[in-house]
Amino acid sequence: MSKAAEIDIVSVSKVYGATTAVHAISLKIPPGSYCCFLGPSGCGKTSTLRMIAGHESISSGDVRLGNVVVTDFPPAKRGTAMMFQSYALFPHLDLIDNVAFSLKMKGVDKDARRAKALDMLKLMQMEPYATRRPAQLSGGQQQRVALARALITDPEALLLDEPLSALDPFLKIRMRAELKRLQKDLGITFVHVTHSQEEAMALADLIVIMNDGRIEQAASPREVFERPATAFVARFMGDHNVLSGRAVASDLNGIVAFETSGGQVFRVSGKPHQPGEPVDIGIRTDRVRLAAATDDAPGFNGVVSNIEYRGASVKLTVIGAGSDDFTVILSDADYFAQPVTVGDAVALSWALEDAVLLGRVTA
Amino acid sequence: MASIASKSVAEDPAQAQARSLRLPPAVLSYVQATPLILILGFFFLLPILMIAVVSFWDYDFAGLYPDFLTMNYEETLGSWITWKTYLNTLKYTVLVWGLTLAIGFWVAYFLAFHIRTTTMQMVLFLVCTVPFLTSNIIRMISWIPVLGRNGLINSALIDMGIIPAPIEWLLYSDFAVVLALVHLNTLFMVTPIFNTLMRIDRSLIEAARDCGATGWQILWNVILPLAKPGMAIGSIFVVTLTMADFSTVQVMSGGQSASVALMMKNQMSLLQYPAAAANAVVLLVVVLMMVAAILRVVDIRKEL
Repeated sequence: MSKAAEIDIVSVSKVYGATTAVHAISLKIPPGSYCCFLGPSGCGKTSTLRMIAGHESISSGDVRLGNVVVTDFPPAKRGTAMMFQSYALFPHLDLIDNVAFSLKMKGVDKDARRAKALDMLKLMQMEPYATRRPAQLSGGQQQRVALARALITDPEALLLDEPLSALDPFLKIRMRAELKRLQKDLGITFVHVTHSQEEAMALADLIVIMNDGRIEQAASPREVFERPATAFVARFMGDHNVLSGRAVASDLNGIVAFETSGGQVFRVSGKPHQPGEPVDIGIRTDRVRLAAATDDAPGFNGVVSNIEYRGASVKLTVIGAGSDDFTVILSDADYFAQPVTVGDAVALSWALEDAVLLGRVTA
Repeated sequence: MASIASKSVAEDPAQAQARSLRLPPAVLSYVQATPLILILGFFFLLPILMIAVVSFWDYDFAGLYPDFLTMNYEETLGSWITWKTYLNTLKYTVLVWGLTLAIGFWVAYFLAFHIRTTTMQMVLFLVCTVPFLTSNIIRMISWIPVLGRNGLINSALIDMGIIPAPIEWLLYSDFAVVLALVHLNTLFMVTPIFNTLMRIDRSLIEAARDCGATGWQILWNVILPLAKPGMAIGSIFVVTLTMADFSTVQVMSGGQSASVALMMKNQMSLLQYPAAAANAVVLLVVVLMMVAAILRVVDIRKEL
């Protein structure tokens, strides 16, 4: 169980009638990595996963697994296994028969397949329940059985469709850790679809953020957080404020100045823009300070519209610079040293290097 | 806040009054169940009890005499005609059950898995019910011009030169009886099976495919086991209806075959009510045993 395959997606599209769900995306998932597809519902992440699994035909493009182009292969011939959102355990079979199902389909004789299934259940610590039906199990137990059933085929890649969405928040965090550990132990490629940023950040080696059938960014969690590629990524991942405007000047030091619709001018470091070009910047909410702007620290004046106390931090929502939900996260010490109230005018600023010039998805 | 407070104050006396009139919960449930108990009692339990009582009475050509005799049962069970008739009825039932199950399953399977839109599914399902817009008798009688000696099928086959003389066994035969019964009862199989098939989570089928199952393997290992409750419910409908049928057997066999219910009908027309009642009790027991057998094989509780 150590053979992991690289998954190579080459300009794969999915067209349903007149609507295109996935727009010619390309992506390489390194072997043995934990990859999370992240995006809002309807962004094409599940369609992409199902195309890798073979449960959805590929309208154009190719999927390569290891050295084999599997575009036209049926699901079971691809060397992938899929774990379904609601686990899709067979309600009429006990756990052994559920796990042994694929072996039964291959014609493995009864004793051999039941023995192997029991080994798989042992690995998942579900052996004591082997003769139960799925309906008699809790959500977390069902997930383990579904994993056992998927892994018994010895796949090169495991595809998980929102595996944690059916669990309660506490169990979610526990099963998340279990998934990560399992992936490390088995060393195979996991591709995991989710709409939870937190889940993706916690699990992934590679986060693929999709929107509207396109990949907005595919990078490590740290890079996605520190250098979001587009305004969508910055907004979707949270923890960033996005300010938009049009470029007014770019100087030779790599500083772009732009003007928001409200008329404020901000500076940001990044590649030069033609005057008039649209510019979006992302500013980390925890790097904004309650201090007046200077030459090195752009900023603006706004009005506090909401204050949320969160224990270790305090979240201020500020109206200004064309944004009505500019968020500032202050540590509780900083906030209580200089408390403000709703309706107060405040000066906000941030270090030049804490703002990221965001790009746009082309094509 | 103020309006909520004033409202609760205004309602207080009325609420207090309602509380004093309220019956204890245990009594209340019985009151709620009374209408159904009355209806079932008068139209179901009472008639069955009367049949059971009458089955022990004495009779002659002129009247019924309250008594407690086992003669009616001895005559019914002791006569080889009864046994032959039961055997014949069972033969029809097994044939009709097998055919309606096979046809009903495939129709339901087609509707549930091969028709993609819900609208089309509903339209086609309603098409299945169209024959039920006419009465049983009319649907049965309309087979006669099709199957008769000079009917559609025979004359077509003769005109095409395939057969020299009309096929005699098309009408007034066991074939005709089974054909008409299958025609009348298949929908009772289609409906519950369609219902169970529609409840099968489609991701189960994908999961089976992911495990490498072929179409037939999915059908055999996933769909059929999960359709069992629907098949059991349909079987109960078809078995009870076929066991109790007399008009189809009479019309389609041209009076040449007998069924248990037909035997009872004949006894009643001879005013042998106690004998018919004894027969009815025996039939009831047999049918209940068959239903019990079906329920033993398949757990239908999931469906209810």
